[in-house]
Amino acid sequence: MLNTYVVYVENKPGVLTRVASLFRRRAFNIDSLTVGRTEKPEVSRMTITVEADHDQSRRIEANLYKLVNVLLVENITNEPSIVRDLAMIKVAATHEARSHVLELASVFRARVVDVAPESLTIEITGAEDKIDGLLEVLRPYGVLEMVRTGIVAMRRGKASTTAATTTNGGDRDDVPEEDVSHSV
Amino acid sequence: MKDKTTGKSMTGASILWECIEREGVKHVFGYPGGAILPAYDALKGSKIHHILVRHEQGATHMADGYARASGQVGVAVATSGPGATNMVTGIATAMLDSSPIVCITGQVGSKLIGSDAFQETDITGVTLPITKHNYLVTHASEVARTIREAFYVARSGRPGPVLVDITKDAQQTTCDFDWEAAKPQLPGYRPDLSPETKEYEQALDLIHNAKRPVILAGHGIIISGAMQEVRDFAERAGIPVALTLLGIGAFPAAHPLNLGMMGMHGEAWVNHTIQEADLLLAFGMRFDDRVTGNLKTYASNAKKIHIEIDPAEINKNVKVDVPLVGDLREVLHELLPKVESIDRSEWLDFIDKLKGDSAVRDIQNLPDSGHLYAAHVINDLWRETRDGDTVVVTDVGQHQMWEAQYYKHEKPRSLITSGGLGTMGFALPAAIGAKVARPEAEVWVVVGDGGFQMTLCELATIVQEKLKVNIAIINNGFLGMVRQWQEFFYDRNYAATPLLNPDFAKLGEAYGIRSMTITERSQVVPSVRAAREHDGPVLMNFRVEQEDTVYPMVAAGASLNEMIRRPSKIVETAADE
Repeated sequence: MLNTYVVYVENKPGVLTRVASLFRRRAFNIDSLTVGRTEKPEVSRMTITVEADHDQSRRIEANLYKLVNVLLVENITNEPSIVRDLAMIKVAATHEARSHVLELASVFRARVVDVAPESLTIEITGAEDKIDGLLEVLRPYGVLEMVRTGIVAMRRGKASTTAATTTNGGDRDDVPEEDVSHSV
Repeated sequence: MKDKTTGKSMTGASILWECIEREGVKHVFGYPGGAILPAYDALKGSKIHHILVRHEQGATHMADGYARASGQVGVAVATSGPGATNMVTGIATAMLDSSPIVCITGQVGSKLIGSDAFQETDITGVTLPITKHNYLVTHASEVARTIREAFYVARSGRPGPVLVDITKDAQQTTCDFDWEAAKPQLPGYRPDLSPETKEYEQALDLIHNAKRPVILAGHGIIISGAMQEVRDFAERAGIPVALTLLGIGAFPAAHPLNLGMMGMHGEAWVNHTIQEADLLLAFGMRFDDRVTGNLKTYASNAKKIHIEIDPAEINKNVKVDVPLVGDLREVLHELLPKVESIDRSEWLDFIDKLKGDSAVRDIQNLPDSGHLYAAHVINDLWRETRDGDTVVVTDVGQHQMWEAQYYKHEKPRSLITSGGLGTMGFALPAAIGAKVARPEAEVWVVVGDGGFQMTLCELATIVQEKLKVNIAIINNGFLGMVRQWQEFFYDRNYAATPLLNPDFAKLGEAYGIRSMTITERSQVVPSVRAAREHDGPVLMNFRVEQEDTVYPMVAAGASLNEMIRRPSKIVETAADE
């Protein structure tokens, strides 16, 4: 089953390599990995999706914690959460197809971000299956080029968990105990 | 802020030694070169004794042996590029056996990084998967905190190797030094875990309901310093103790509850006991494949309790019923008062019967036909040195397994051996490290003729440092363990395993080491005595039976109780005392 982790790491050189290398070394196949800044300059946030059964998913978590630069790991697979992927899709759109493509884009609440004589570029943000759906219906017109960011995810409703990543090792009372294993 | 004692700014190189000294280190093992020269230049102002090795691999094994003999962090130093890459095997060895070492490497100047400069290697990249953590230091101001963090990470939690790569300019430039302000800042690092109350209760429930429990005693007992706790626990609960290779010494061999070593070359009765058990208590061990055999059939009727400091080891190889993640000593302290004393004499009697049926200690009972067997050498060595403070350091292969079978260790840190990585060439340098760490101890190297030749250059280090190390080469003219696998599994096709060796005694003499060759059993004890009396290192070339085999053996992938046994008609009895 596909697991989604949110991983908070110290914003230091080489940390992405350490995380990626861990998955390679332990032979876990990353489906998607995104990394970016958070509201705290010293903390970066990764969203990682990886195929793993229950035991494997616990071991991935424990192994992530073994990396000294990893601050907090959340497996949000079964948590209420918001998951978003962004795609840009360049579709062949000649004069007669153009209006159909525009119609489809609007049904999916996608935006046209570039118009050229022979093509349209559509930007869509949403859950992965929504993007897959748009892609499906656009395919007959000819998808010339596509790029996706990979997913980013955030738990619904809760207070910021980045607060639990204070760089002086502050307390983590807001994180459920069963979610926390630790590094050694 | 300036250094409080001198009021001066210091170079990165001076800060390096100052911090290493403050971490309690008195000896480092190293080899100089261009990118680490500023550090070597600054060594003259330090109280640290630098031991010049002959190859950087040796430096890492020495640091490792130092750490395993003493429990203190060992330090190895090398230059950039080839100096650093030569450390890789030693670092991986320390990683697999959870040994706390800190490796300092020089790096080309920070402006040159990424330019493929002379002797530039991305050593932090190379060692990423084989270190517990590593650092690249590019400014003098980062040296102090990095060294403090490196030592802290290396020795806390599950110990392991940490590499610190320091650019030449970071060594040369000056900055203010303030030890107090350079405290480790590791917000994501938490080595201090402990189990929850309900997990303790579940464990106690299993322990109290078990009819046929066995303790699997691993390296974690020694690292945690939990020897007394394990003994108290075993005695109170009446549970027998089986040892992993690295667990040898964690529980006294002479203790009535001691079963001996388990696994691929473990005692037959130990493996049978594990397969018959209804509860396994894994104490600081990680269910390595050499210990379990085929996982599908491993102790299939047993519940499992796993006391382990590394959460990533839980359910890795063997699915356990109750994990207790934490420091073994602390966990046992918590458990001990609640463990009920239970009479398990029926189970212990059953194991005793297994012992009688399947003892392996056969070689010792062979008549003295003139042939010299490795088992003779090791068993005689044990008889001669058993009462002293003796540390045996072995290499990897047949002699290592015979040592584990025929030398009975009563104390922790009295056997040092490469278990997880199985590094040939480990013994000689690791013994140097052990002798430096514990100069009062009697240190014996037990090494095969193959592994000895991988790192024999360190004989010069022994001589230069005037170390009293006794070297017993178990010389069978083969890569013995590989030959054994060829005998069993490759139709006796001895491809690339016979060795044409030099005269080791002459070689030893060339280094100025007193050397002897022993070919008969009757010579073993007198020569061991002579070696012990000699004031200086001794090299002993034991020319043993060429095609001897380690029994019993669980073939790779076989079930733990499916052992290949000695085919001859030797009457098998338990080892004579």
